[in-house]
Amino acid sequence: MDVLVCVKRVPVTGGRISLTDDEQDIDTRYLGFTVSPHEECAVEEAVRLVEAHGGSTTVLTLGPAVAEEQLRDAMAMGANRAILIEAEGPEWDGGATAGAIARVIAGDRDAGAAYDLLLFGNESADAGGYQVGIRVANLLDMPCVTGVKHLEIRDGRAEARREGPGGIEIFEVPLPAVITVKEGINLPRYPSIPGRLRAKKAPVERLHLEAPQPGLEKVRMRLPQGRDKQVEILGDGAVGIERAVEVLRQIGVMPS
Amino acid sequence: MIVGLVEHDGGVVSEPSLQTLTLGRRLAERHGEPLSALVIGSDAGPLTDGLAAHGVAAVHHAVDDRLDRYAPEAWAACLVELLVRTGPSAVLAAGTDRGNEVMAHVGARTGLPVAANCTEVEPGEPGTPYLVTRLRWGGSLLEDARLHGDVKLLTVAPHALPAEEGPAAGEWSVEEFSPKLKDADFRAQVAREEGRPAGKVSLPEARVVVGGGRGVGSPEGFGPLEELAQLLGGVVGCSRVVTSLGWRPHTDQVGQTGVRIAPDVYIACGISGAIQHMVGAKGAKRILVVNTDPQAPILAHADFAIIGDVQQVVPALVSAVKGAKSR
Repeated sequence: MDVLVCVKRVPVTGGRISLTDDEQDIDTRYLGFTVSPHEECAVEEAVRLVEAHGGSTTVLTLGPAVAEEQLRDAMAMGANRAILIEAEGPEWDGGATAGAIARVIAGDRDAGAAYDLLLFGNESADAGGYQVGIRVANLLDMPCVTGVKHLEIRDGRAEARREGPGGIEIFEVPLPAVITVKEGINLPRYPSIPGRLRAKKAPVERLHLEAPQPGLEKVRMRLPQGRDKQVEILGDGAVGIERAVEVLRQIGVMPS
Repeated sequence: MIVGLVEHDGGVVSEPSLQTLTLGRRLAERHGEPLSALVIGSDAGPLTDGLAAHGVAAVHHAVDDRLDRYAPEAWAACLVELLVRTGPSAVLAAGTDRGNEVMAHVGARTGLPVAANCTEVEPGEPGTPYLVTRLRWGGSLLEDARLHGDVKLLTVAPHALPAEEGPAAGEWSVEEFSPKLKDADFRAQVAREEGRPAGKVSLPEARVVVGGGRGVGSPEGFGPLEELAQLLGGVVGCSRVVTSLGWRPHTDQVGQTGVRIAPDVYIACGISGAIQHMVGAKGAKRILVVNTDPQAPILAHADFAIIGDVQQVVPALVSAVKGAKSR
């Protein structure tokens, strides 16, 4: 089966976020970048499915030219082919992103390379729009299950499980389908050294698309008001322990 | 008109949906328009009356046997049909898994943009974009954005505002309708459900959570944390590093890509305090930190801290709690 997985380049934020002076972005001068967490699991799921069923994994991203780095990360994990839709400038909203991705997929399909399965992350770590996978499914007229934590493919159908309000919800959809996954569906592998070396030299197909007019237009970002907290250091060693027990008693969680 | 999508479970409206109606009512008042609600499925009948107290003037109740099992596209089709028929200025849903999912389908079907997880909405003059504030990075960052479109589609971040009852609408109606649904609207539908295992306290509901990070040192290092949690009637959680290392299952992960907790006290052991983790612990009433590093970012979120090595402090704390109990 041929699987396409879409990923997004996001900064590794660590313990504190600071913004650029124009308030348009996170200040990433001292930060590394990674594949958004749900999508890293989507790549792992794609590679596992192809290992089990045969076929190939294509990884696609829409982002700046340097997002090539995240495509190579995905290839180091086992993806066979990489496509970069170069989109410089202001952030693309969910509708524009989905439109571009759907166009590339439809182009591949018309060229005789149709995908059986499209995998996305449930939502990106940074923008959190919760819509790109769903919009792509609608544009390509495919069924879509979101938030998937367990996926099985058999007889041209996908059985997808996710957490619902009252328990585990189980969906069964025919392929081709769009599945958006959540972290926890698997534990992504650590790329091997040969995998990394192969990925370094592998070709990346590039496309340039003009940014459409955004429907959701970022004005600025800001940090939420923090809780003004003063930490009380209880101490170290035996004194700290004794005071901690007193704190737990005051909170009312000590066993009686 | 402003339309709010109402989610319910067994005839009870979900809290995030009531919060959504509260925001919807404020928008309706600003626009001088009525607030209406869409409820879906035959089991939604009993809850329609209660919505009047939230300022809903018209309840649209979509009824079709096939709607009894959740199908995101069918829900979206109901909402789009209502949208086309009544031409509202805005459609709102809760920023829950279902709310965000249905609204994205509505956006796709109508070609309209969607703003997910809004905390504030400033409608401005009729026909102009809304100025919305929405959550990014799971809530550790806010974005102010202009939301365009003839009909504004947005979801409301859960717990961004309290649900308030409002002046009941003067005239009040409930309209049942049979939406025009196609078979394709049901190609993705819940085929069956499995209940959660009963008995065990779940992480989101626990009054006490004992969390462990890389500082715990090993999977075995969680033994004393388990013991402490059990003594205090709580459960164990962990950071993303711990699940990535394979020390604990992902279901234990507290954070942006894991579980949101809201305990009376969160005892965070050997956790540095990455934003991705702290987003999940935002609901904790008190945070007690055990960490060797007094400069760790988590101290900025903590109420109390013991400076020391988890592997020594936690067993000592276990003994002290046992000792205090037996006295």
